[in-house]
Amino acid sequence: MAGIDHAPPPFFKRGPAPLALLTFYVLLALAIFVADLRFRSLDLLRQSIALVVDPVQRVAQTPGSLVDYARNYLEGMQNLQRENDVLRSAKLNTAPGLLRLEQLEAENDRLRKLLAVKERENAKGQVARIIYTARDPFSRKVIVDKGQQAGIVSGQPAIDEAGVVGQVTRVFPFSAEITLVTDKNQAVPVQIVRNGQRSVVFGLGNGQLELRYMPANADVQVGDTLVTSGLDGVYLQGFPVAKVVKIERESTYAFARIACAPIAAVENFGEIMVLDPREPLPPPPAEAPSPSDTSKSGVRQKKRTAKGN
Amino acid sequence: MQPTFSSSRILLPVRPWFIYLSLFIALLLNLLPTAYWAGIPDWVALVLCFWSVREFRRVGMGWAFTLGLLMDVADGAVLGQHCFAYVLLAYLSASLSRRLLWFPLAQQALQVLPLLLLTQVIQVLLRLVVGADFPGWGYFIGPFIGALLWFPLTFVLLLPQYRPVEQNPDRPI
Repeated sequence: MAGIDHAPPPFFKRGPAPLALLTFYVLLALAIFVADLRFRSLDLLRQSIALVVDPVQRVAQTPGSLVDYARNYLEGMQNLQRENDVLRSAKLNTAPGLLRLEQLEAENDRLRKLLAVKERENAKGQVARIIYTARDPFSRKVIVDKGQQAGIVSGQPAIDEAGVVGQVTRVFPFSAEITLVTDKNQAVPVQIVRNGQRSVVFGLGNGQLELRYMPANADVQVGDTLVTSGLDGVYLQGFPVAKVVKIERESTYAFARIACAPIAAVENFGEIMVLDPREPLPPPPAEAPSPSDTSKSGVRQKKRTAKGN
Repeated sequence: MQPTFSSSRILLPVRPWFIYLSLFIALLLNLLPTAYWAGIPDWVALVLCFWSVREFRRVGMGWAFTLGLLMDVADGAVLGQHCFAYVLLAYLSASLSRRLLWFPLAQQALQVLPLLLLTQVIQVLLRLVVGADFPGWGYFIGPFIGALLWFPLTFVLLLPQYRPVEQNPDRPI
């Protein structure tokens, strides 16, 4: 068995030496690594490889989904009935709010017009199903079943019935990758519902979030709800993101350590809503208006509009 | 003679399609939803290591690089992360192959373990350097399970190469 090869060894045609090959491939891998991470310039390569891998991946996911389907089927009527009852009572509970919502929105529009404030954008989007979690243990991402074909572009926010789930970061022909709000250093501009204070919440990578750069004496309480502030031009205003679960105020640090838990079922499978990209925000006012500046901001605005569409 | 994997018997030549099929199945296994459980080995690394040891003329660094690229895209990892690790794994396995096959299976597994661990460690280091979080020690259980799987893997992947049990007395070997 050992060392016996039935094919005659190719004495005269052996290709490059193994060490040379190793050096070549390792350098190539490192070059790709840097180009992908730092410059994000290999998305086309990734998309074309994804076109090959995606069908295989879907095939690999079928056993799991079949098991899920069988379990759902076997759970039977009783569960369904119970769930139906719960949903019906939940619907009844939310009815007073919902029924008046339309009227309230109309009234809000009118009042905003009276105040000459820009109208609120409507949240529209498309439902997508999470097909699997990306296997990369270093980040928190999920893959959904809609991609370029459905007109998804990177940067779109994704929500579920409870709150913000994350943001589309990569788009493939038939799927899209959503980075969850709990991914390390994924930042969402938020404000506290109770007092309107603005801040930014960062993912920690372990399923938790942290409200950073709040002074130690900031008015934050355990149980406060954080909603998107909409200042980033990505997330619409007012979607719940997280709840404050723990606050450590130490006088030795300038900032309080505020731990938050996501409100949306970020780590679960299910269906999510990918919201349409927001209308671009107006460009920031130029500090010293001059002919060159205005033309520049005009160009920038055009660029943003193009991106937004 | 029974087709046991412990006997060092003369094998039939390997069929190339079987190598490619096994690599494809390994890729499929890697993409299964079980991959999030701690302790599930990296099947592609394992099978790649096996073929690099057995058939380093057929499965070399080019295959390692391609499979690494596929795994990177499938994982949503940074491109090049798996490529780097797999290429190094293929190179080391190929250079070890002359020595490795003289040992009994248990000692082979013992020598494969550091190779598999190295692929994980390289990936962790690459990602830690660029600012990812440490994924926890559960990430390193996989190679140990993988080394244990060296026994059944050798049996299964060599199965098509065993000669039939019935002996023909007229045959020279």
